[in-house]
Amino acid sequence: MEWSRDGSAKKLLQEIREEDFQLSWDRLQEQLPQCGFGILGICCRNCSMGPCRIDPFGENAQVGVCGADADTITARNFLRMVAAGVSAHSDHGRAVAETLIKVARGEAPGYEIKDEYKLLKLALEFGLEVEGKKIEDIALQVGINALHEFGNQEGEITLVKRAPLKRQNIWRKLGVVPRGVDREVVEALHRTHMGTDQNYLHIMRQATRCALSDGWAGSMLATELQDILFGTPTPIVGKVNLGVLKEDQVNIIVHGHEPLLSEMIVMAARDPEMLKMAKEKGARGINIAGICCTANEVLMRHGIPLAGNFLNQELAITTGAVEVMVVDVQCVMQSLPTIASCFHTRIITTSEKAKISGATHMEFSEENALKKAKEIIKMAIERFPLRKKSQVRIPAGEVDLVAGFTHETITYMLGGMFRASYKPLNDNIIGGRIRGVAGVVGCNNPKVTHDESHLIMVKELLKQDVLVLQTGCAAIACAKEGLLDPVKGLEYCGDGLREVCEAVGIPPVLHLGACVDNSRILVAATAMVKEGGLGDDISELPAAGAAPEWMSEKAISIGQYFVASGVFTVFGVTWPTLGSKNLSRYLFEEIEEEMGGKWAFEPDPLKAAHLMIEHINKKRKALGIDKARERVLFDMEMRRGLE
Amino acid sequence: MKRIFVDEERCLGCRSCEIACAIKHSHSNKLEKAIREQPLPISRIRVRKDENNAIPLQCRHCPEPSCVYACIAGGIRKDEKTGLVVFEEKKCVRCYSCVMVCPFAVIKLGKEEQPAVKCDLCQEEEIPPCVRACPTGALFFGEAEEFQELMEKRRKRGEKDALLNTG
Repeated sequence: MEWSRDGSAKKLLQEIREEDFQLSWDRLQEQLPQCGFGILGICCRNCSMGPCRIDPFGENAQVGVCGADADTITARNFLRMVAAGVSAHSDHGRAVAETLIKVARGEAPGYEIKDEYKLLKLALEFGLEVEGKKIEDIALQVGINALHEFGNQEGEITLVKRAPLKRQNIWRKLGVVPRGVDREVVEALHRTHMGTDQNYLHIMRQATRCALSDGWAGSMLATELQDILFGTPTPIVGKVNLGVLKEDQVNIIVHGHEPLLSEMIVMAARDPEMLKMAKEKGARGINIAGICCTANEVLMRHGIPLAGNFLNQELAITTGAVEVMVVDVQCVMQSLPTIASCFHTRIITTSEKAKISGATHMEFSEENALKKAKEIIKMAIERFPLRKKSQVRIPAGEVDLVAGFTHETITYMLGGMFRASYKPLNDNIIGGRIRGVAGVVGCNNPKVTHDESHLIMVKELLKQDVLVLQTGCAAIACAKEGLLDPVKGLEYCGDGLREVCEAVGIPPVLHLGACVDNSRILVAATAMVKEGGLGDDISELPAAGAAPEWMSEKAISIGQYFVASGVFTVFGVTWPTLGSKNLSRYLFEEIEEEMGGKWAFEPDPLKAAHLMIEHINKKRKALGIDKARERVLFDMEMRRGLE
Repeated sequence: MKRIFVDEERCLGCRSCEIACAIKHSHSNKLEKAIREQPLPISRIRVRKDENNAIPLQCRHCPEPSCVYACIAGGIRKDEKTGLVVFEEKKCVRCYSCVMVCPFAVIKLGKEEQPAVKCDLCQEEEIPPCVRACPTGALFFGEAEEFQELMEKRRKRGEKDALLNTG
């Protein structure tokens, strides 16, 4: 198997072949073959009577010491994955809420409220009085209310009201409307404790409720509040590839997930004083580039170039041209300081939640963010002269892209300032130029060729006239291939999709942001339902979701809230419940009766794309828009004949 | 002859070897599919447990195999050239006498009255999948002398490590 499909990564891998860097691909080889019990999800180590394993070949133990069977064990493990994913996204959202409160109190120099309109809208959704109030006071109250969404004990989280009415009722009937994010995570851990919830269907109810608290609260609040603080993204031109690193400039990579500090770094890098210092050290400027979702955040709002996605993080350092890599939380490999030690590169951890052995820790808070950002940039400038020319090997080539699409910008692009709406999109779906909409999101995983599954899947979807929405590492993968370029991307489209994209002036693959911004997809899907003509619920839309190269627990949480919101969702690589026939049957089939959405597991990305297209076709048929209908002008006679 | 040897101290009882063996003896040769086959594939290796250690066990290919003498159909023979105890499925009449006489209990009943099964050392593989699957190197495939050497090396390294830890 080829390690990477990414041209610049391939070039670099070729060049460093002789050297002794141990990359994730090498480490995977050393882990192989991996434990089959773990792969199938039938290993339980939740208590010290275990660890227990269920024999998937039916010969030996079929239950653990406590009597838990394969169904219970896989369901518990699945729920714990969901809980961890929810926690990651939601803690991110909480951090933004805390920042908003500090900004409102004037305790966070450098930050400001950039999108007042969105703040007011959210305030109204929280039921707050806004008339005649100062914007800071509203922000403070919105921040406090947002925190309540995490700590709330009873009732419902506020933003479920955003979902189509039909969807809300499905949730209420099943009793899966989240009460508060923290409560659902705690209950998930309680239920999976030894000797508690031991009915796999009941365990899955909590997985659904917990995941919904991510999609419709934790992640959604992260997106909303970040838009308020840093501005709602609008379409913006950017560049991607390891080639965005500059040989004659100080290169700083921001990597991780939260934009709180990276926003400040971007601001500080434009400071004339900093630029002067850089010039004194012989650099032509200060170049910021991003990796993973921090990259997406600063790309969406500032056009900061993308150095790459998850599997590019180690490679970026091996270019020898990175002075510092600033990391915060999630998807940051512990191997970074080891690789950095072969170069002049420093890894800087910045979050109070995450330190890495061998990295320099420079903890930031809202109060000192701008100061810390400047310190970090100064450190990078100081390190620039230490760069060894002989070690520098930046693979040439940058690819253009357009990012910055959001629910708001999509309505604007489709309808303009005064008639902003989803109507043209719905009309084109009904008319058949666009077959449907697909969200292709998720990670990279060294078990499959880096980026390849994303590309095979997305290209097939485009060919079949499916408009693709992306976030996270998936979006970066397609950006590298030029699919986010409004000219180049069209080459892969079917005629119908191409026509629409040309008319509107958008690429066929829309970059919606970081992985918390998957909530933007929920908002967009709801807006499509509310626009009319495509059914009363998200589950009736000709739409599907996928994460063909997933690896993180966050992906499972995202997938579960998509399924629970009515979306057919296909995952690749491996699937963590295969050790239980019953649970797998529930997730792949039976859950559809309850939720309208369901999971599928298909490691072949082309086959997975076809599953999505089949599903979209099925939904088109149910809506009665599968065949082109002739337009008939009704005369009086015919009208009288109508029942 | 090359055989599978066990370094008992290294076996952690994860049973990856069992899974690898069952996959190898399935139709699909893929974990995700093998667990859905009918009848389910059978692992030829089994991790057993004595008082202190877990020990993966499979056919020892004995110099004087009782199963060969017990087989009423003449379906098991000792191959003089390779030293293997060869089991011919086609000749098996499902009397399972071999299962009863094996002193190591490493011949298994076939599922749904299928022929008995036992380790064939995966002749077509360079290294048997069970050995490859072992994450700690508890299983070793090779000549007896090679294994002795390896154990000697491991013993020496172990002594050194012990000194480091106490020093």
